Amino acid sequence: MDPTGGTAADGVQDAYQDGNVLAGPLSEIFAVDLTAAMSRCAHCDSTGAVATLRVYGRPPALVARCPSCGEVVLRIVRSPTNTWLDLRGTVTLNIPMDTR
Amino acid sequence: MPIVSRGFHGRKPDPGRKLPPGQYETFDFPVLSAGPTPRVSRDDWTFTVTTESGTRHQWDWGRLMALPAEHPTVDLHCVTKWSKFDTHWEGVSLDVLLEDVETEAEFALVHSYGGYTTNLPLEDLLDGKAWIAYRYDGEELAAEHGGPARLLVPHLYLWKSAKWVSGIQLMLEDEPGFWESAGYHEYGDPWREQRYQGD
Repeated sequence: MDPTGGTAADGVQDAYQDGNVLAGPLSEIFAVDLTAAMSRCAHCDSTGAVATLRVYGRPPALVARCPSCGEVVLRIVRSPTNTWLDLRGTVTLNIPMDTR
Repeated sequence: MPIVSRGFHGRKPDPGRKLPPGQYETFDFPVLSAGPTPRVSRDDWTFTVTTESGTRHQWDWGRLMALPAEHPTVDLHCVTKWSKFDTHWEGVSLDVLLEDVETEAEFALVHSYGGYTTNLPLEDLLDGKAWIAYRYDGEELAAEHGGPARLLVPHLYLWKSAKWVSGIQLMLEDEPGFWESAGYHEYGDPWREQRYQGD
């Protein structure tokens, strides 16, 4: 995936990063790597790896959007003392578990 | 003749300028968005104020241009910690747009093309504190900075100055916007460093 985002027809850049940039903030909360999890979009019901979400913004606030419909799947805000994780755009997270 | 260059350190901050706590001065104009940039032509653009009773007041681009323009020079403060002094804008004061709007509302929820929202007390949009801005630094406002028109409410952190503004909903009860529902402060005064809920 283009790490700097797509280029619109009128030449205006819509900079986004892929969902791998969520690895750091999410690793502060979860014991497993959530970027490998499959998320189901609450808006269009499509499923894909968290790593394929389109992430806008920069710390302290990131917005991850569905690559299919563009709606918000996940938001994360990190203050010095708290993390807000908003998953209202996510129906499910299918998380591969380490079975070794 | 020195053989080692002193190097380039950029412009030094003006010591006469006061920054809000935790901010640094920047000289460019960083672009931050919560999603793709909406492309709205001036022909299609409308701005709608909806009162608590459902009464709608709508302006298209021609009606907006027919209103008296102001040229505010203001400082911007972004929650990502950059501040930019002396930015030059052109726009219409919300005092003008709300002049004939009858309302008992105390709160406003600002809507943007693309789905972004932000909330603030109605009084923060009045008395010369806020504009619908459509020119920046003498040029038409670029889409990446919120063109064709954005809200400009510079006494609050910049996430309150909604880009691609499409309307304002006037309400009796406060309702959190896009970032305010995900951890950002409901008011966002940079001088009190109200970045996050609880600050």
